[in-house]
Amino acid sequence: MEILLQQLVDGVLIGLVYSLLAIGLTLIWGVMNVLNFAHGEFLMIGMFISYWLYTLAGVDPLFSIPINAVALFLLGMFIYRFIISKVTTGPLLAQLVVTFGVSIFLANFAAFIWTPNYRSIGHTLLSGTWNISGIILSVPKVVSSIGSIVTSVAVFWFLRHTRTGKAILAVEMDREAAMIMGINTERINSLSFGIGSALVGVAGALLATHYYIYPFVGGTFGLICFCIVALGGFGSIEGAFIAGIIVGVAETVGGYLLDPAFKLAIVFLIYLITVWIRPQGLMGW
Amino acid sequence: MVGMGALTGKQLALGGAALALAIILPPFMSPFGQHVLILTCIFAMCGVAWNIMGGYAGMFSFGQAAFFGIGAYTSSFLLLTFHVSPWIGLVAGGMISAVVAAAIGYPCSKLRGHYFAIASIAFAEIVRISFNNWEMVGAAEGLTIPMGKGGLANFVFNTSKLPYCYIIMIFLLLALAVGRLVSTSKMGYYFRAIKESHEIAQVLGVDVVRYRLYAIMISAFLTSMAGTFYAQYILYIDPASMMTLAISVQIVLVAMLGGANTVLGPVVGAAILVPFSEYSRAWVGYKGTGFDMIIYGALITIISMYRPNGVWEAITELVRREK
Amino acid sequence: MNASLLLDVQGVSKYFGGLRANEDISFQVNRGQILSIIGPNGAGKSTLFNCITGFHHPDKGRVLFKGLDITNWKPHTIGKLGVVRTFQITQVISDMTALENVMTGGFLRHVRVKDVRLNAEEVLAFTGLNAKKNYNAQALSVSDKKRLEVSMALAMEPELLMLDESMAGLTPVELKDMIELIRKVRTKGIAIVVVEHVMEAVMELSDRVLVLNSGRRIAEGSPKEVVADREVIRAYLGDRYHAVCP
Repeated sequence: MEILLQQLVDGVLIGLVYSLLAIGLTLIWGVMNVLNFAHGEFLMIGMFISYWLYTLAGVDPLFSIPINAVALFLLGMFIYRFIISKVTTGPLLAQLVVTFGVSIFLANFAAFIWTPNYRSIGHTLLSGTWNISGIILSVPKVVSSIGSIVTSVAVFWFLRHTRTGKAILAVEMDREAAMIMGINTERINSLSFGIGSALVGVAGALLATHYYIYPFVGGTFGLICFCIVALGGFGSIEGAFIAGIIVGVAETVGGYLLDPAFKLAIVFLIYLITVWIRPQGLMGW
Repeated sequence: MVGMGALTGKQLALGGAALALAIILPPFMSPFGQHVLILTCIFAMCGVAWNIMGGYAGMFSFGQAAFFGIGAYTSSFLLLTFHVSPWIGLVAGGMISAVVAAAIGYPCSKLRGHYFAIASIAFAEIVRISFNNWEMVGAAEGLTIPMGKGGLANFVFNTSKLPYCYIIMIFLLLALAVGRLVSTSKMGYYFRAIKESHEIAQVLGVDVVRYRLYAIMISAFLTSMAGTFYAQYILYIDPASMMTLAISVQIVLVAMLGGANTVLGPVVGAAILVPFSEYSRAWVGYKGTGFDMIIYGALITIISMYRPNGVWEAITELVRREK
Repeated sequence: MNASLLLDVQGVSKYFGGLRANEDISFQVNRGQILSIIGPNGAGKSTLFNCITGFHHPDKGRVLFKGLDITNWKPHTIGKLGVVRTFQITQVISDMTALENVMTGGFLRHVRVKDVRLNAEEVLAFTGLNAKKNYNAQALSVSDKKRLEVSMALAMEPELLMLDESMAGLTPVELKDMIELIRKVRTKGIAIVVVEHVMEAVMELSDRVLVLNSGRRIAEGSPKEVVADREVIRAYLGDRYHAVCP
């Protein structure tokens, strides 16, 4: 029973980080109907930025968060402006495939310049474990989760209480109406892509404290992310948040109950069952 | 609407010439060249199969590798365990794939666009992970098909790749025939209505659920055949080489690059993409740097941006202008 | 049993949560009749259409077609039975020519592709789109697209044609042509139910008019009767005008 509780807790912790990843992806989707298959690779880049800052300059990953956010924000806007914007008017298939291309390019480019080796960050500012009545909590994981929650809340607040944020929500709900209202939807597009990517950058810094860092780490995260976004409902930020936690728990608890090798399969199965019963996801419109 | 009308004299002539070339060339090619040709045809066949559900009916599957693998594993397992001829295994694999396709296709009947794409990935990954942990079929180590006595009956050839070349070309022609038949028939029209919108298809009297199942089952059967062939050619199969997302994406690319709505498009797409892939890996990738994959990724990106409808249209334009 | 009774809508109600989109709506359509359904925006006209054609299932009531209870049938089986509808926002199959679009409808009634094509060409000749049969459907003008929609429906050999705002967005000349086309369709013995806002068309075409407001039926009769009905005037123009009218 205790072990189950442990799994549950671990599941929530990783789930919260998944949530952050998913929020970034769903924001991009909601605004411009683009599914960024390179999302996992953005995460990988974020993780590597934190890694190199730590290895070469001794910067603790927590402090690399702002740098990651800015770097990925710029990368996101760049990719939007020079690649994505060219395909949004074309066939859906091309939109689906183009980010696959970017993902393959980025992962292999990273492998080329940094070698495919696994790396990790050894000693961070906040490390070790806590023991709370038998449940072992890894401090870096807890910190990641808290960081995730804080960032998610910040995003919620930004979207609902700032002018730009509201503009983004407006475009998400009805692009044409937003245009008529004078909102520059192109600018919102690239801004959203940037913000979505920045969130991933933050997640990268948070994960780098306790996860292996290697060029192909993005693959699995990316896949899990899509499932979360679809489970929560494309475009719904609340949905992505909740779905992230559900998936985290399902993956961890399921992996414990069945077989760790099937962790991912469980996530996919949940996705399939959900879209069968409720095609638009939990909170999608 | 390419592929739907009667073939013009010019098209037939060109087709005939291509066919003649395809028959005459192989004996003069190097073994590596023949290998590339065989792989090209395998992917072309998968691309044609993909087109039937993706290009025609708008069901963008990024999980075709699952059927590719199921076909390979079915025939190989039946061969190894029950000494069933691979030719029978070919059909058995196809049928199992079709059943699995229907089983996953039915719950996904209402899914379109991105949702369907992700569902297909989820499905294929479940299949891959299952096979990877399934002791009966070798789990991660996969299955090795014994060389044994060569010959058509055994569907294995020891001395030369030539028979493989011709057999896969015949398979490809079969797939193309199916593709064209579907395209010009009631099913093809109904598929395109479904692709446009489920409502409009329903209004036109189309049983959307049923026709989507037809699409996915036909597609799965053909892909599965290609998988069995691959198993008999490479003589070694494992989940990591057969059932990955990378293979599924390659199949989509082949169809998209060629022209996702056309019958012959995937052949052109494969003819560009597969040799490029193989040769660049041979020249640049052998160092293990993955440089060829960098170029591959860039290529995919550029093609999606500048030729999203594939090159088939551009080629037919060229041919038409050269009148 | 009235042999010429085609569509019999009995007490259809449809609710969306607390919203009463359709409340106890009944009416009948005979062979060869043209019935118009009018009403202010939000009156429930489209919902009613959806309930009849299987896109929604009524919460209460029944829909009978040629005596058969089609209330819970799926849209495609209703189409096969002989009820065909069009959409408010014109829907045609974009990567096909006009001819191919019509052929898609024709496959419902014919087996051989050759027959389907011949039949489709006849239909296009009937609706006046013959010259544009090889145009890409997406490239057609709005009025031609509406014409194409009607053609696709005709290829299915319906007994009841349901048109959802087929006059919207047409110029006066196009409007006249469309009215002519609908009259022509009636000569084939096809009954027609039209949801319309364009009053000119309603007055010219309809044998009977059904008026909806806030989900309820508030009037039914000949065009002249309905237009003079106090409830109808009040629904469209509000109480102030009602007080002024005779």
